[in-house]
Amino acid sequence: MSSESLTSYKVQVRANRLGLWLFFVSESFMFGGLLASRFYLWGNTRPELDQVLGLIVTSILLLSSFFMNRAESAIAYDDRKTFLRSLLITAALGTLFLVGVVGFEWQGHLKPWDGVYGAVLFGMTGLHALHVLSGVIIILLVWNRGRQGGYSAERHWGVEACAIYWHFVDVIWVVFYPALYLIGLPVS
Amino acid sequence: MTVLSLGIVRGLAAQIVGTALGIGLVVLVRVLMGLHAWEAEPATVVGAMLGVIAFIVGVGSMDDWFRWARGKVTPLHHGPPEDKPAWTRYFSVDYSHKVIGIQYGVLAITLLLVGGSLAGVFRVELAEAGRQFLDPAIFNTMIGMHGWGMIISILLGIAAFSNYLVPLLIGASDMAFPRLNAWAFWINVPTALVFIASMFVGGWDTGWTAYPPLSARAPLGMQLYFVSVFFFGISSIVGALNLIATILMLRAPGMSLFRMPIFVWAVLATSIIALTATQLIALSFIMVMMQRLLGMGFFDPAQGGNPILFQHLFWFYSHPAVYIFVLPGLGIISEILPVFSRKPLFGYKWVALSSMAIALAGFLVWAHHMFTSGMASFLRVPFMFSTLLVAVPTGVKFFSWIATIWRGKLTFPTPMLFVMGALSVFLIGGLSGPPNGIVTTDLFLHDTYWIVGHFHATMFGGFVFPFFAALYYWFPKFTGRMYNERMGKIHFWLMTPAFWVQSLGQMRVGLLGMRRRIVDYDPALGIEGGQLAVTIAGLVIGLSVLIMLANLIYSARRGRVAERNPWKSRSPEWQIPSPVPEISYPDGLQVIGEPYDYGLPDSRYVNLQVAAAAE
Repeated sequence: MSSESLTSYKVQVRANRLGLWLFFVSESFMFGGLLASRFYLWGNTRPELDQVLGLIVTSILLLSSFFMNRAESAIAYDDRKTFLRSLLITAALGTLFLVGVVGFEWQGHLKPWDGVYGAVLFGMTGLHALHVLSGVIIILLVWNRGRQGGYSAERHWGVEACAIYWHFVDVIWVVFYPALYLIGLPVS
Repeated sequence: MTVLSLGIVRGLAAQIVGTALGIGLVVLVRVLMGLHAWEAEPATVVGAMLGVIAFIVGVGSMDDWFRWARGKVTPLHHGPPEDKPAWTRYFSVDYSHKVIGIQYGVLAITLLLVGGSLAGVFRVELAEAGRQFLDPAIFNTMIGMHGWGMIISILLGIAAFSNYLVPLLIGASDMAFPRLNAWAFWINVPTALVFIASMFVGGWDTGWTAYPPLSARAPLGMQLYFVSVFFFGISSIVGALNLIATILMLRAPGMSLFRMPIFVWAVLATSIIALTATQLIALSFIMVMMQRLLGMGFFDPAQGGNPILFQHLFWFYSHPAVYIFVLPGLGIISEILPVFSRKPLFGYKWVALSSMAIALAGFLVWAHHMFTSGMASFLRVPFMFSTLLVAVPTGVKFFSWIATIWRGKLTFPTPMLFVMGALSVFLIGGLSGPPNGIVTTDLFLHDTYWIVGHFHATMFGGFVFPFFAALYYWFPKFTGRMYNERMGKIHFWLMTPAFWVQSLGQMRVGLLGMRRRIVDYDPALGIEGGQLAVTIAGLVIGLSVLIMLANLIYSARRGRVAERNPWKSRSPEWQIPSPVPEISYPDGLQVIGEPYDYGLPDSRYVNLQVAAAAE
């Protein structure tokens, strides 16, 4: 990609951006289907979950989006040090989120085979966690390429794509978190 | 050139290794967790999935992306490989949309023959009352394989035409994402193997709709069916994404949206459905897989789950899916009729927007498949209203076609014959729709052979007939040679009356009490005559398709050399040589008029000398 002219690079980036947003539209339907299933099966009820844990992991994820944005802005201004450091912080926070969900929330009293509460909880958090994991892997790949000098202020589509993907995964959680933790009457 | 230099061979070898690794991984994890080592279901599922992924890597469809991850530059290679015969490009990763279109087409026809043969076998069993030779469990697997086998061959056939034609029709040199295009094609090959394998690991007895609770306790083949639909769905979604991006970003100068050939509008509407709705069948199948593998009781009433949720999720895709199946074919009819009427397409803007309206309305009707399911009864009337409304934009197309033909200078070579056949058959199918959409009559028609008659007619009219019309029509452009016209006519005159007999026969036996998805029926119903007619008609249709294949395969090599534009079409692809060269429009393409102004003196649609004129 780096051997072509800047104008044709920009045209390709516009096409890539459209492709990425179309991918988000598509994925939203899968997450939307799970969300609809939550309301169909739980109605106005929800399981008893650790609210403190829920708040912590949500804060971690929102904070990670701040650092992801910082990384993207940094490379747009050719500040490589901040760019690389912010990427690593984002990856670390994303990993912390996974530890919180898989290592703590999933070790609670509810299991995947415990009725519809277990099934939907693990289905929604599981699908989301898969996307967080793939996001962390992509961030590390971008970090590696960035380390080798692969991005510049004019050419950093990979960073932009990674960032938008990360924000998408964050927005999914912004919808899933209230649906799982906040809405409806808790049943034990 | 060695056998291993063919991508497909490397892919298959990788699939075998990947499947074994997946099985081994499950055994290892289970041993480490202290469980007994061998459990068929998780091992088969993980094995099948890793096998498909291994194939995709092994065939080479991700090579360039791996290079990008390492920071390398990979210019897009055009043309056949330098060091190997040209035919090998069809068996390896090739980025040209024309090659990929042909690859999709060959795979589509292969699966069509597999699915059709299954129907031939079970229709012989059904021709007479009483059990003749088919075991019920095998029968149940076969009808499911026939159903999904035909569905996937339709999706692949649509991919074939969309990939080959859309860049040509909009004046683009290729699709927006050529590597993604090749990747999306190659997913289908290992997945087709997983799909066929499902028959041999115990089969599955639910039919393609896979409703739980039955699908939650069906044999092992059920899981391989689920895995295959998951991966077929990914290919469909990614292909749709590529088409939307291509249509929105790569149109030639002067080609506004309302100056595109009408088929491109059809593909755009189809792709919007495929991009979005397909996720729901994947979700619903994964949820059943999770119920089977991990006991997650989404649809298990004993755990508080609800089987009707599955039906909602499933039909939220599978109803819009039928519009995926027919919108491209209806676009082909609109594309071909003006050429053989020598008249403009009537109401082009209305027809273009009717495709979008059908796509939108198609999302609002799914529960008409569930009138008898026990869902909340207040839902039935609203879905009845929305269902009947879809007939309106469909009617717009029908009236446009009639108005296009009206007082035209009609000629009837084989492509036009198949378009006429499509119209008659789609009309039968469409007219048999409202009784299904109206709740009171559907209560009696649901799960009978009337429904089978309805959807075969709409599928043949909306896809199969137009697909054959398109094959004949564009054959000279793809190959540079003409098919044999007499054999084409024989194909048509065998297939079309046979199809009417099949459709009307299915509807009749359905009204007389023949149910769906059963291996035998009561002779006292008095429908044996009808059943025999349906079977014979189906076999005649199959024979006619074989005649077509023989015609096309022979003519591709030995047919009369075709002139550049035998149909005197105004469309851009007919202004360039046949077969289409590697670079379709070396001097660019510029749109200077309307696409369908046939008969208007001195009117032109496109100018192909853009680069030359700029000098």
